[in-house]
Formats: sequence, structure tokens, C-alpha cells
Amino acid sequence: MKKKNFLLLTLLLALSVVLAACNFGGEEEDKSASKEKDGEGSKEINLVIASEPPSLHPGLATDSTSGVILQNVFEGLTTRKDGEIQNAAAEDVKISDDQLTYTFTLRDSKWSNGDAVTASDFEYAWKWALNPANASEYASILYPIKGAQAYNLGEGSEEDLGIKVVDEKTLEVTLENPTPYFLELTAFKTYFPIHKATAEANDTWYAEAGETYVTNGPFKLTDWQHGGSVTLEKSENYWDAKNVALNKVNISMVESETTTVTMFDAGEIDFLGAPFGTVALDAIDRYNEEGILNIEPYSAIYWYKFNTTGEFTSNVNIRKALTLAVDRQGLIENITKGEQTPALGMVPNAVEGFEDATGYFEDNDIEGAKAALEAGMKELGISDPSEIEIGISINTSEAHSAIAQHIQESWVKNLGINVTIDNSEWQVFLDKLTALDFDTARMGWIADYNDAYSFLEQFDSAENGNNDTGWENAEYASLLQQSAKETDPAKRIELLKQAEKIAMTEFPVAPIYYYTNLSVKKDYVENMAPDQLGNVYLKYVDIKK
Amino acid sequence: MLKYIFKRLVYILIALYIIVTATFFLIQLAPGSPFASERDFPPQIEAQLNAKYGLDNPWYVQYKDYLIDTVTFDFGESMKYKGRSTNDIIAESFPISLTLGIEAMLISVGLGILLGVIAALYHNRFPDYLSSTIAVLGISVPSFILAGLMQYFLAFKLDLFPVSGWKGFSYSILPATAIAITHAGFIAKLTRSSMLEQSSSDYVKMARAKGLGKWTTVFKHTLRNALLPVVTYLGPLTAGVVTGSFIIEQIFAIPGLGKHFVTSITNRDYTVIMGTTVFYSIILLFAVLIVDILYSVIDPRIKLKGAKK
Repeated sequence: MKKKNFLLLTLLLALSVVLAACNFGGEEEDKSASKEKDGEGSKEINLVIASEPPSLHPGLATDSTSGVILQNVFEGLTTRKDGEIQNAAAEDVKISDDQLTYTFTLRDSKWSNGDAVTASDFEYAWKWALNPANASEYASILYPIKGAQAYNLGEGSEEDLGIKVVDEKTLEVTLENPTPYFLELTAFKTYFPIHKATAEANDTWYAEAGETYVTNGPFKLTDWQHGGSVTLEKSENYWDAKNVALNKVNISMVESETTTVTMFDAGEIDFLGAPFGTVALDAIDRYNEEGILNIEPYSAIYWYKFNTTGEFTSNVNIRKALTLAVDRQGLIENITKGEQTPALGMVPNAVEGFEDATGYFEDNDIEGAKAALEAGMKELGISDPSEIEIGISINTSEAHSAIAQHIQESWVKNLGINVTIDNSEWQVFLDKLTALDFDTARMGWIADYNDAYSFLEQFDSAENGNNDTGWENAEYASLLQQSAKETDPAKRIELLKQAEKIAMTEFPVAPIYYYTNLSVKKDYVENMAPDQLGNVYLKYVDIKK
Repeated sequence: MLKYIFKRLVYILIALYIIVTATFFLIQLAPGSPFASERDFPPQIEAQLNAKYGLDNPWYVQYKDYLIDTVTFDFGESMKYKGRSTNDIIAESFPISLTLGIEAMLISVGLGILLGVIAALYHNRFPDYLSSTIAVLGISVPSFILAGLMQYFLAFKLDLFPVSGWKGFSYSILPATAIAITHAGFIAKLTRSSMLEQSSSDYVKMARAKGLGKWTTVFKHTLRNALLPVVTYLGPLTAGVVTGSFIIEQIFAIPGLGKHFVTSITNRDYTVIMGTTVFYSIILLFAVLIVDILYSVIDPRIKLKGAKK
């Protein structure tokens, strides 16, 4: 009896081992094949992304991880090269004199399944994203199109949209306002076309790689192991395939920053840096010493939002004092370390028209801060600065916490006020922001299109969902509205600068720094660097081993 | 025996119901929403999203729907990963965690028992001190530190293993070992103490007096009786390791289920939270049941309550 039982147990064990062995089978690499390719002229690149892309549907994707895959498998009417806008799926763009009508002529290009890319594929994708039933979270980026906002919010109809298919190769788009950055938008993921026939035939065409995932970009999605890896291969049907150097892109999903750094050091990946992973804070110094750290400007800002309805932060002079009394240069040198630029305005220098902007105040201006604090205390009827209590709200993260402590130190030391730091989990933090349940809270803003409007628009009214400060100013809002109607680019930038100036005298936010994009790559990787929006287009990348 | 199992199954159902209900209300209480992000979108769209996932219903309707989902084992589409059903997510990631878990269990049980037996046989001599030290180190060094060290030295410096990923057997060795060491240490301690207890008992002395060799006695007599506490530990251990370790999966970039347990909560991905919790509970509850049944197989002295003989 006993022997039998043991036999049973042994069998069970053996079975589980077999079971275990089976599970590797599916993902095992074809080793002989990859070895052959490793020889001369291998055009394969290994990369990482931080997580599983939440959605590879152009109309549903909201995050940068999905974005980076989408950018390389799809192509919009325009695309970016070296930070400049270029025609892509469109061969020619005609803009009417009032800048309200854009006529795109499509080039002869094909989907990965061989079908021709037509104007109705674009029409389908845009209307799909705007259709309220599809609940696309990023549909608002299509609002410059006439009637788009009304239709998306359930107030207008599909017929009134300014999207018109003239013929198979011609798409006519009417805009609500002259939007000088509209061609930037058409390079954005929500504006990518969708292969109408497959999408209509299959509701979840975008959930798996394979035949249903039809794309028009330089690469096609050949494999998608959920949570594990994504594989892209060069698409032969792409119109510019002769200029695509890479044959294969292997992207693993690795969340741990320490692991990605080790992978790069061990040669398992060829490039590391947003959006393909991030260079961990503690590796920055080492890569810098090795001389391989590449630093690129980035259209993004890190700022502290003030609750302008708060007990102390409702006072403009207090907000000014807090904004001035931050040692940004010290913060960048000692904590963030990525050669970021101290932010003394709201629009990064990486944005066109703002390259030479010098800001509206001085960094670490303690004298000015003290004077503003005096004035603020007088207005609030406070005699001792220690009566002022300011809470800094952050979401839990080592980096945010280190920055908050630096700022806390600046404020306590220079102004003599009481400062506490309160950290909460991301979701709770977002709730607090929306409910204005904070004094000052950290936030980042990354531009979707490289234009100052992207940074300034959120403060146009206190109701704006991205405002989170309770601040509004009629003059500011009217300047933004004027800028939207202005067709002369220089005048428009002037209007936006005036608006920025108003915000920088009332301080709904304390700008801290403009981001930079850090990356490292192996010597044999060429033409690979993120642009101002943090995009990496693999189309231009080459491997020379 | 059957009656006993039936009774336990009823208990399992009750326990499941309580777990499911508690999870539901905790989720309801937690602030945040699965759709919240830095970038706001119009309230109309949010209403559409809520309607799509049934989040606009009053709580009792949601609770009812959710109970039905649980019974039919269909938790619906993930709110974060568009177009992917919770069942698919579990079905894809669980086998990976299971493989890793079984490997880790084999290592921990094998290594643990070996260390424990050596320690007991050479009681208060050098091998005992050595294996006890290893066991204590194993228990006290957190797995993520061990994982990091192994990754740095064995994978990067010595290039013996791949740094991360999940593409074959060699990829699983480091993570499985990292998970196993803590448990191995614990099992070693358990085995050692119960072996010592058994070694001084009459039947062992008798066996030795008969002239049986040291190791033969261990395998034929002592070990069988000494393993009982280890078997008790196996239940929760199985449930713990086969459902994946969040930290190890994160460090070694393994697409397992453990990651979903944790990230679904930070994402407020309600359907996935529900799915993984129910799934995990079922495994845990059944693992404990199986261990209880195994007791009577290993040690006939133990009679299961409710079993008639």
C-alpha cells in the first residue's frame, strides 16, 4: 500500500516536470535561424519597452508604450524626420488661403496585406475615434477638425464632420480654426489610418498579432507574446521599403530599470532610453563617464501645480514666493542629473518659436521670494512665516520624493515656512488633483504636438480637466482664443507668449525644469535618437556591425 | 473519505463567497478609476466608458453581475488592456507562473530536505552548522536581493545565464532558484527539527540495532515520519509559488500571473483584479484541501474528520 502511494507521488512529480517542460516550447527561439542571421550584415535590433502595450489600436491607445509600437507599424498622412514634419502617406498637401481646408493627395501605398491605402481608410479611422460609442480617450486630439468636438460629445452628427473623401486618393479636411500645427497632428497616432475591411470584420483585430493586424507602416507586427515580447519585421509592402534598413526588431517587455541597465551592459539590447526603456537614475553618472550618454531636448515640463483656492496658495504673492525660492540648478545637478534646463516659463525651449525664451523670473531668487512672501503675509494678515503651512503632494516614486525633499528644503530654509510632503498612490493622487485637495502637487506635461498651445491650453478655464489648479484668467483665455484664429505664425507665437506672461505673473504653476531625453546605444546602432516629442522612428535606424 | 471531501468543498464555497464579496467592496471603496490618467478626457467619454463596462450601475447591480461572472467564470474584458479578456490574460500567464513555480518547488523541496537531513544526521557538528547557516541565510535574505545578485554575477559577470526574459529552460533557472531559496531554508529547518525528534525515538534505535545502515534508516524510517510538517507547509507553498512572484517576475521580466495581481490593483483594472483574486483563492483553497488529504495517505494514523472507516 505504502509503496503504491509513493509510486503515485513519483508519477505526479514526473508528470509535472513534463508539464513544465512543455511550456517553454511555444516561445523557444529558433536558434539555428537566429545564429545564421547573426553573421555579416545582420539587420536585427534588440530593444525593451517597460510594459505590455495597453492597446495597439491607433484610436484607443493613450500611452507612450503603445505609441512607440504604433508609430513604427502605422504611418499617418505626415511623419517626422529629424524633428521636421514630412509627407508620409500623403504625397502632397494643399492648404487653402484661410488655412481652414487641407487637401491631402495620397501616394500609392499598400497595407501589409497588399490592399491599397485609400482616403476612406483615414476617414474610417478618424470617424471611429470620434464616434462617442467607441469611447476613445484621446479623441480630443481630433477636435481641430470641424464638427469633431460636437460629434464626439454627442451633440453633433457624423455628417457634419469636416472629413470628406473626394476620391480614393484624395482626402479633404475642413478645420474649425486655422491650426498651424495640424500637420504635426496628422503624424500623431490617433490620426493613423485603419484598414477598414479587417476592422469591420473583426471587433478585436488589434488584440493579437497576425493576419488581422493589418498595418501601413515600415514594419509589421509579426509576433506579440502578451506581457513578454513584441516582434516587428520589415514590411515589403511599405512604399519606402528600400529606405528601411532594419529587417527585424525584437522588443522585450522589461519593467525593472536595474534589469534593463544590466541587459544593456551585457549586450542583450542595443539601445536604452525613452521610449525604449529608461536609463536608470543610478546609471546616468556611469554612462556619462563612459561618454556614451546621449542627451536630447524634450518638449516636456515638470512643474508644481498650485491649488489657487487653497488657504495660503490662493494668494498670488505666496505662490510667487514659492516659485522663486526653488534652487532649480542645484536640483538638476544633484538629483535629476540629466542636464535638464531650469524652467523659468511654461513652454520648453524645444518648442518652435521659444528657442530663445529666457523665462520670466530668476532661478533661486531668494531676495525676490522674501519680498513676495512679505507682501503675501501682509495681505493674509500673518506676521510670522512659520504660521504658513504648505503641503507638497506627490505620487509615490523615489524620484518625485527626492525632488520634493529638495524643494521642501529650499522653502523651509529660505522662507522659514512649514512644509510637509504627502505621497499617495497614483490613482489616489489623481483623485486629489481633480478634487483640488492639495496645496501644491507635482505634475509633468509632455507635448503631443510640438507647439506652445499644447502647454498653455490646459489653463484656458478652471473647468478644463487638465487644469487642476482652479486658476483662470479672462485675458489669458481670450489671448489663447485669438491665437487659435490667427493665421500669421509670428503673430500667433507673440499672442501665446503674452498669454504665457500673464500666467507667469499669477503663477498657477511653479515651473521646475524642462525634461531632456537620455539614451545610450551601442556603437553599431546608427541614426537612433528620440526627437523633441520623444518619438523614435525605427525606419531611419541602421545597424552597421 | 468522500463525505469529508464533500464537506470541505462546501467550506471552500463559503470561503470563496466571502473572499469574492470582500474584494468587491474593497474595490468599491478604493479611490480612483481604471480610466484615470494624467490627461483628462471629456466627462461624456468617461460616461461612455463607464456604461461600456457597467460601472454606471448602482452597486447592487454591479455586485449581482459580478457574482454571475464569478459563477460562470467569465470576468469580461480588461479595462486597461483593450480587447483582451481577463480569462485570456490568466490563461496565457498562468502556465508560465506554474512552470516557474513547479521548478522552484522542486528545487526548494529537494534542497531543503537534503540540507535538513544532513543537519540532523550530523547534529551539532560542522555539517549541521554549515547547513543551518545556509538555511538561515536563505530565510533572511529577501528574494529580490538574491535575484539581483544572481543576475549581476551569474548572468552578467560570468555570462552563464541570460539576464532576463522567458524563452527557454536556461531563462528559468535563476528566477526559480531565487524563489526557491527562502522556502528551501524553511523546509530545511522543519526537516531538521522533526528528524531530530524522530531520531531519538525507539523505532529508529531499533532499526539501527538491527544493523541497518545510517542512510537506509533515514530513508526507510525516519524521513517518512519526519516529512509530515513539510507536507503541511507544501499547501500554502504550492499556492504561493505557482501563482507567481511579483518581484521575481518583475526583475527577470517574466510574463507571469504574479505581475497581474499587483499591477491590476494599481491600474484599478476591476475585471482583472476580480479574475485573479478568484483564481488565486481557488488554487489556495484546493491546495490546502489536497494537503489535508495527502496527510492520511502519508500517515495512516491520521483519520480525516467525517470519514467513516
